[in-house]
Amino acid sequence: MSESITGVGTEMQSYYGRPILKEPVWQPEIPTYFFTGGVAGACSLLHGFARVAGHERLAKTALYVGAAADVVSPALLVSDLGRPERFLNMLRVFKVSSPMSVGSWILFVSAGASATAAALEWLGMLRPVRWAAEAVSFAAGAPLTTYTGTLLADTAIPVWHDARKELPWLFGASAAASAGAATTILLPPGEAGPARRLAVAGVAAELGLMDAMERRLGFVGEVYKQDAAGKLARASKALTAAGGALLATRGRRSRSAAVAGGALVLAGELALRWSVFRAGFQSARDPRYTVIPQKQRKEREQSK
Amino acid sequence: MSDFATLADITGHPDGWDTYDADRQPRMGFFTDTSICIGCKACEVACKEWNVVPEDGLVWTGESYDNTSALGANSWRHVAFIEQRKPLRGEEDGDDALRWLMSSDVCKHCTHAACLDVCPTGSLIRTEYGTVVVQEDICNGCGYCVPACPFGVLDRRQLPRKQDDPPLALPLLGKREDGRVWKCTLCYDRLKGGHEPACAKACPTDSIQFGEVDELRERAKERVQKLEANGWNGARLYGDDPGDGVGGFGAFFLLLDEPEVYGLPPDPVVTTKDLPEMWTTTALAAAATVVVTALAFFGGRR
Repeated sequence: MSESITGVGTEMQSYYGRPILKEPVWQPEIPTYFFTGGVAGACSLLHGFARVAGHERLAKTALYVGAAADVVSPALLVSDLGRPERFLNMLRVFKVSSPMSVGSWILFVSAGASATAAALEWLGMLRPVRWAAEAVSFAAGAPLTTYTGTLLADTAIPVWHDARKELPWLFGASAAASAGAATTILLPPGEAGPARRLAVAGVAAELGLMDAMERRLGFVGEVYKQDAAGKLARASKALTAAGGALLATRGRRSRSAAVAGGALVLAGELALRWSVFRAGFQSARDPRYTVIPQKQRKEREQSK
Repeated sequence: MSDFATLADITGHPDGWDTYDADRQPRMGFFTDTSICIGCKACEVACKEWNVVPEDGLVWTGESYDNTSALGANSWRHVAFIEQRKPLRGEEDGDDALRWLMSSDVCKHCTHAACLDVCPTGSLIRTEYGTVVVQEDICNGCGYCVPACPFGVLDRRQLPRKQDDPPLALPLLGKREDGRVWKCTLCYDRLKGGHEPACAKACPTDSIQFGEVDELRERAKERVQKLEANGWNGARLYGDDPGDGVGGFGAFFLLLDEPEVYGLPPDPVVTTKDLPEMWTTTALAAAATVVVTALAFFGGRR
């Protein structure tokens, strides 16, 4: 017998309750990359403005943190491939229709530039080349923080696709918070002002955006209250809120408060990426999320 | 925006098909008429045989006669079995009404194919027949097409390693055997040789009909009208409309109930339809990240 499932007042049937969509085949490397890629991109921005503003210590720290995150990122992505030895095929074409193609090029440029700039900074040589590399890394940094949101949104998975208006903003905010927190941890409070403020602003924006996204998703967004995605979302909110509050209130005076607050924010932002990642699996697994919104859309169009 | 949506919208052709110019062949596809499917699974077997698709587990699901369950990397045809307390024809209504729906599912070879759009390596291509094919020598197993497909057709092939398998090229990174995505090719090799696909060839009732898509659409319209005239319960075409969310399927169906009863989405939309809007959002959010970072520098060093 075909199964009858009820959701939001709409009777629907399914094929033995089986999913219609396939769950992603992506492994833990991918949400980890969303986190490291965000750190890398926002650190490039922090580094650029710190150079211009003459905050040399902040600039150097952001450069090194960003370069480290930028170098780890491609390794995570290559490791996730079904055929890692074919990773260079990512650079075979450039396709605007594929956020992963565009993203691979952004990351390729960003990682190359950041690593070059960091190495030259370390060696203290070839200053004009370093400046050029820094400029390229700055330019690639901003899209690196947000394209991953569109990478997820450009799938058939309801909880991702329906959040296409929010995900790039959410990931941008999360990246800003992560980069701010990472650099705050490594600097004395007297040098960490902009990084700390960026972390606090990022946390505030991220919490607001997550809330707005869940509310607008409605029925489809209920996966953020269930199972792994729900646990991770709750953990993320608690961690980032606590860390942000600690940074905002005591981060300016106390180094230990800044370190603790920064660590809480980093943990919270990593949990956020995992929550969004797991939510996609849960959304794909349950045919209600695929069928009911589509049926409702069809009915709306037919009644027009 | 870019060529992927606009070109097809103007011409009504599958994206990329027009680039073949003189080499372009008529668009080929399937019309699967489920009203005459007898559930023999010859299509599943013929497909596996011809395409050397590996065995992927022998399990008893208890779901009618269906032990394949879904399309995937190792199942390119899937026969669904649905037992219903419904009459096959309108006039046969009664308490003991029973009908057994069977339907052979397959890749839809969409006019606007999300898998093809999102593939970052260019492994997925549109062929000269208007079909969608994975080039297995290019695919690096990134897996993006898997959640992009609105029908859940594509999947990554991950088989346990056997003793006589050749060593992996990068042993430290290569955890999985094969690791590429696989799906129906509409028997691209057979088409090149002037043959019909293996499943259609093997189908004993002509439930799976192979031909030029335009011609199949005409045939399907006549068939559904005939069934309606004979009082068949719930006969409808699925995927024949070029105005639907994926621009019509190259492989479409005549169903006897709602699509979701067969495990098919009721109103699939190619996800890249919203991509221009998504890229705008991406750019705005990126700009905002730059502005917020700059603003963080007001307030001094401390």
